[in-house]
Amino acid sequence: MSVQVENLLKCYQEQRAVNDVSFSIETGEVVGFLGPNGAGKSTTMKIITCYMSPTSGDVRIGQHSILDAAAEIKKKVGYLPESNPLYTDMAVMDFLYFSAEIQGVGSSRIPGRIREMVDVCGLGSEKHKKIGELSKGYKQRVGLAQAMIHDPEVLILDEPTSGLDPNQIVEIRKLIKELGKEKTVILSSHILSEVELTCDRIIIINRGRIVADGKGEELRKGLDKREVVEIRIEFEGGTEEVKKALLGIASVEQVDEEDGGAFQVRSKPGLSSRKELFELCVKKGWNLLGLSKQETRLEDVFKELTQ
Amino acid sequence: MRSALIIAKRELKSYFDSLMAYLLVIVFLGLSGFFTWLFGSNIFFLGQASLQVFFNVSYWSFFFFIPAITMRLLAEEKRTGTIELLCTKAISDTDIVVGKFLACLFLIFLSLFCTLPYYITISYLGEVDHGAVWGGYVGIYLFSASYISVGVFASSTTNNQIIAFLLALFIAIFFQLLFSVVGQNFQGLGGRIFDYLSMGTHFQSISRGVFDSRDLVYFFSIIVAGLYLSRFTLSRRIWRS
Repeated sequence: MSVQVENLLKCYQEQRAVNDVSFSIETGEVVGFLGPNGAGKSTTMKIITCYMSPTSGDVRIGQHSILDAAAEIKKKVGYLPESNPLYTDMAVMDFLYFSAEIQGVGSSRIPGRIREMVDVCGLGSEKHKKIGELSKGYKQRVGLAQAMIHDPEVLILDEPTSGLDPNQIVEIRKLIKELGKEKTVILSSHILSEVELTCDRIIIINRGRIVADGKGEELRKGLDKREVVEIRIEFEGGTEEVKKALLGIASVEQVDEEDGGAFQVRSKPGLSSRKELFELCVKKGWNLLGLSKQETRLEDVFKELTQ
Repeated sequence: MRSALIIAKRELKSYFDSLMAYLLVIVFLGLSGFFTWLFGSNIFFLGQASLQVFFNVSYWSFFFFIPAITMRLLAEEKRTGTIELLCTKAISDTDIVVGKFLACLFLIFLSLFCTLPYYITISYLGEVDHGAVWGGYVGIYLFSASYISVGVFASSTTNNQIIAFLLALFIAIFFQLLFSVVGQNFQGLGGRIFDYLSMGTHFQSISRGVFDSRDLVYFFSIIVAGLYLSRFTLSRRIWRS
């Protein structure tokens, strides 16, 4: 089921929490919502799940609009709120039963759905405990299970992996990827590597506005076309001299010194200086220990776009 | 309606799991039993086969108990954030409010049901005015329903249970006492209006076994107004800006 967000605007007093946000997501896409704290990720998600209404703009899920068919949308959307609120005094099974019932799952289908969710989310060993007694990771799984219990076509997960240990993160990530094959998934995070690994597409949002939208690689390429090379050499004499020599190459724009005889060499836009660097080493009689091209990391993209 | 019942079921389960329901029933039975049968102007002192004493005790104990059981209903959900979970499920805000109201209503029903032995006992002791007893039960039930509705509303306005409790008591004390005091000090139309607003007037008239539409309208107006306002405060999050 597709999700279309059109010119979404949400104001709190003077502040525009979400400012003219538009995007559209196709069925089977896993989209990562990325942004610093307070960027408007959660607000956008709350609007999509009909918890709040926008000041103006519209969200369409399939054929339905949040403005006039909230009841229909709530049936088709599964939502894991930020900070994962749960009824801590309920047992896991009771809570899942309650969630299924309240989402309108037919009573004959409920036991099957619960069994499936317990299975998928790995809750088997903890299913009879009270939610309050579970560790954070298991609570998170319960949160995911309740979001998916009615087999929604759209899943909205607000920071699904926060508070999990690395192993659990890997599992949840795998689960989300699996789900993303047939469902539309929107998840938010401020952990970049996670979004890059799980999502087909990344939307970076800052101060309520979308600042970037595209695949991880596209974003990385789009940011900075300049080549950055790390070069490690063995030489005699002062580093200043080497630096000067490196800057002497026509295509080099900037040289930064690093530890242990390594330098970061940034070329001018559109140019490559690897060949020249090698030739320089040969000419000067330096021993070249390493020469590697630096990938622009998503972190850099994020930093540059949100500062 | 189906969703409201699911909410009510969960809420009741939580009352029983936290022992609050048992506590309510036991304390209520203890208090009302003590004053009805053992202490002060009890049934034996009055020498009448009537449950009037019991209803008066209930009238005051529920005044304090009901805010205590309603205070957590929405305030707790707001504090822990589970309200977000609930409001994004396929149910309406009305279902949530009505479900919570029904859960408390059932608790009160249970407490009153446990006092049926009182009725059976006095009917062995003497000639009982059955109309007055049933009237009393209906009256106390409607009275409780009104305060539950007020309590749900108080709980919807805050995320602090203590504030919800005090607010519910504050609103209820107007109906319980203040309106009737003011009503007695006014002449003419003003006095009649305040007298009509007083809970005591209607409760007494119903517990005499007289079902007057004015009393029923009074109780149902409070119930509906309370629930409507709760739903309104709950829905305000949608338009908050």
